[in-house]
Amino acid sequence: MTQRAALSTTGQRPSTAMSLLLKGSPILAVILALLLGALIIAAVGVSPLAAYQAMVKGAFGSPRALTQASLRAVPLLLISLGLVLAFRSRIWNIGAEGQLYMGAWAAALFALSFPDLPPALMLMGLLLVGFAGGALWGLVPALLRAYLGANEIVTSLLLNYVAIFWVSYQVRLPMKDPTSFLPQSAVLPASASLPVLPGTRLHMGVILGLILVPAIAFILWKTPLGYRLRVVGSNPNAARFAGINVPLHIIIVMVISGGLAGIAGMIEVAGVHHRLIQDISPGFGFTAIVVALLGQLHPAGALLAAYFFASLVIGADSMQRIVGLPVALTEVIQALVVLFVLASEAFRRRVRRVVG
Amino acid sequence: MTALVEMRGITKRFPGVLANDHVDFVLEAGEIHALLGENGAGKTTLMNILYGLYQPDEGVIYVKGKPAIIHSPHDAIQLGIGMVHQHFQLVPTFSVAENIVLGLPSRREPFLESRRQVHQRIAEVSRAYGLTVDPSCPVWQLSVGEQQRVEILKALYRGATVLILDEPTAVLTPQECERLFDTLLALVQSGKSVIFISHKLDEVMAISHRVTVLRDGRVVGTARTQDISKQELARMMVGREMRPIEKPPAAPAGPVIELHDIWAHDDRGLPALRSVSLQVHAGEILGIAGVDGNGQAELEEVLTGLRRPSRGRYLLAGQNVTHASARELFAAGLAHIPADRNRFGMVADMTLAENSILGMEGQPPFTRLGMLRYREMEGHCSRLIHEYDIRAPGPAAFAGTLSGGNAQKLILAREISRRPKALVAAQPTRGLDIGATEYVRRKLLEQRQRGCAVLLISTELEEILALSDRIAVIYEGQIVGMVDPACVDIEQLGLMMAGAVKEVCELPPRMPAGPEGNPIEGRRP
Repeated sequence: MTQRAALSTTGQRPSTAMSLLLKGSPILAVILALLLGALIIAAVGVSPLAAYQAMVKGAFGSPRALTQASLRAVPLLLISLGLVLAFRSRIWNIGAEGQLYMGAWAAALFALSFPDLPPALMLMGLLLVGFAGGALWGLVPALLRAYLGANEIVTSLLLNYVAIFWVSYQVRLPMKDPTSFLPQSAVLPASASLPVLPGTRLHMGVILGLILVPAIAFILWKTPLGYRLRVVGSNPNAARFAGINVPLHIIIVMVISGGLAGIAGMIEVAGVHHRLIQDISPGFGFTAIVVALLGQLHPAGALLAAYFFASLVIGADSMQRIVGLPVALTEVIQALVVLFVLASEAFRRRVRRVVG
Repeated sequence: MTALVEMRGITKRFPGVLANDHVDFVLEAGEIHALLGENGAGKTTLMNILYGLYQPDEGVIYVKGKPAIIHSPHDAIQLGIGMVHQHFQLVPTFSVAENIVLGLPSRREPFLESRRQVHQRIAEVSRAYGLTVDPSCPVWQLSVGEQQRVEILKALYRGATVLILDEPTAVLTPQECERLFDTLLALVQSGKSVIFISHKLDEVMAISHRVTVLRDGRVVGTARTQDISKQELARMMVGREMRPIEKPPAAPAGPVIELHDIWAHDDRGLPALRSVSLQVHAGEILGIAGVDGNGQAELEEVLTGLRRPSRGRYLLAGQNVTHASARELFAAGLAHIPADRNRFGMVADMTLAENSILGMEGQPPFTRLGMLRYREMEGHCSRLIHEYDIRAPGPAAFAGTLSGGNAQKLILAREISRRPKALVAAQPTRGLDIGATEYVRRKLLEQRQRGCAVLLISTELEEILALSDRIAVIYEGQIVGMVDPACVDIEQLGLMMAGAVKEVCELPPRMPAGPEGNPIEGRRP
């Protein structure tokens, strides 16, 4: 990672000012989005200053807020790390949402089927099963792409709905908690609760996410596997020429990326809700795509972006409560951030081309 | 009399490279002015500045004596400057006429102009300069030469009085070149001026009135073409006299590459190779001569594991590799210089260091204990840059910044650094300038001296004759003859390449020949 940074600073950039602008453009985009958001907030008759104050306070103002944002960031981080790997290999996995659902379902099924496992074994099992659930769901579009050339954007996207409705069916019929009216499974055994850091509500998923950031960076830039993935992503013909088994690498990437989404699903089940529920994810799999892009397809960037997005959501909640802004408006602000970041990407590309 | 275009003290820096260094260039009205130089000499950069694609860091441009600020191609077109790039900028599904008016305001906005009027105006321009092309024909149906005519028409239709052509003959057949030259002469006769970018001495001698030679971003000199000889131009361009390539006698040993009755299909499933049998021995160069598209691409792919033969046997150093993958062949000691080097040989947005180990990334010393070692990679790359005189800022530069010749040198360096038993070199000097061409050819001969079996696929007959110890002629996927370059009749060879004569005789590898060898001049202009 540091190696990479050193490599890229040694001469290819036009000028320091321009390079700062290019590097900082996502941050600039966020600032511009918030400014435009301020105008909209003012237009509905609320003081933007008060609104943003409530938002910042809600996201960063108390240990509780920080904890909430961290927990919210975990699934985004895990999924976007997998997507960093996939997008760098130019494999467009749009199916993380479905992979998350399958991981969540597999984990819940496992915990409910073996309630008497000792906690250590239970946790190991949950990790494996959660990974496998998401990985298998990622494997389907991978195989279709690798051997039949089917576009993975379409197949992985459509498989999302299959997974979401599969879980919906499961919690309404086979796995439904008989004592409840809601479409949800029974509560998982206590052994299937993710351990928390002493004195906090932060569960093991936070640690896992923090470990995976350098791990993914290591894979990308320090291993032959990462090298090959980058070659596959940048020039598939050169990959073939160099004897790299392209189908195999498509499969590897989709398995890792699907597996990480599956683990995110498992964590939502075992760390947050403690049961399988119908809407286990408020679109984490889709938000994570933006997180990965906002993070410049860099693991450390994904960490920052995941936390940023989580804070935005948590802060928006309190903005809504304190200054009475409608929920829809907070979603508008989030959408503005996404749009501006994408626009800044286009801008960067344009500048690069002009500069040559 | 003031010059039509005058560029004074033009300097353009790219990171790590000084592309133009205080370049002066003067274009007079009514002349064909050749801009001659090797790849990377700064010719295209200079013209991109004139066309408004780049801004110069220093220097001024005068058009008809007035200082001109050219921020974009739009400004250039306003000043009557048009450019035809090496890679055409046409919309394949649009008709010729649609491509020509594309981007121009219509004379009756918001509606398009009447097709009849547009066609008529195009026809007038075409007729004046011999640029015949059907305005209603979709561009994808046109040959490369016709597409070029459309590009020229596009510039003329926009009122260009100065036409810049970037390496216009690189994609043309000899007949199409003749036609292009006729057009250019017609253009200057009607008072227009042409800037002709080239690295081919022959063309420059044949067509230009004056020539400006660039080397390493600087002007070496400007001269009237009739006052200067080809040899002088070559020296100005390369900076030294061309030495003829000495070809020491071959010392072939046992066969390394053996093909027995190989059949293969092309991408459309049609038979592309039909019972090809050949042997390449250690220490010899076997040249495959033929007109492009007679199975050379498929042969290259079969040899390097990128295409499965449907029948036959392929042995590499005695080992059966008929169904081996590219990586297995790589491991068995085969190196490959691909015909399409940008598509296959390089990863443009990775660094030179990373590119220099492509295919070797999992092996020591570049990987130890499962980890890539950047220090080893950069050391390896620095050695290659130094040894092969690759013009690059350093191992950390991105491969996409290299010029064609330097990219090819890096690929060559990478492949040879593995000390292969066999080397498949496809079109190894295509698009390279004199200096790089000579260099690549020397390196291929060096490999032959080292005892490597070299299979050279080239559509340049001169190259095949200069380097090969034996020549196999390929026609419609069949080897139609094996000839000895020392005593070949060129006419006979041409007839074989055209499929008129078949000579299915086995020519054994030539054992050490006389001391005279086969000296040939460097690329004869």
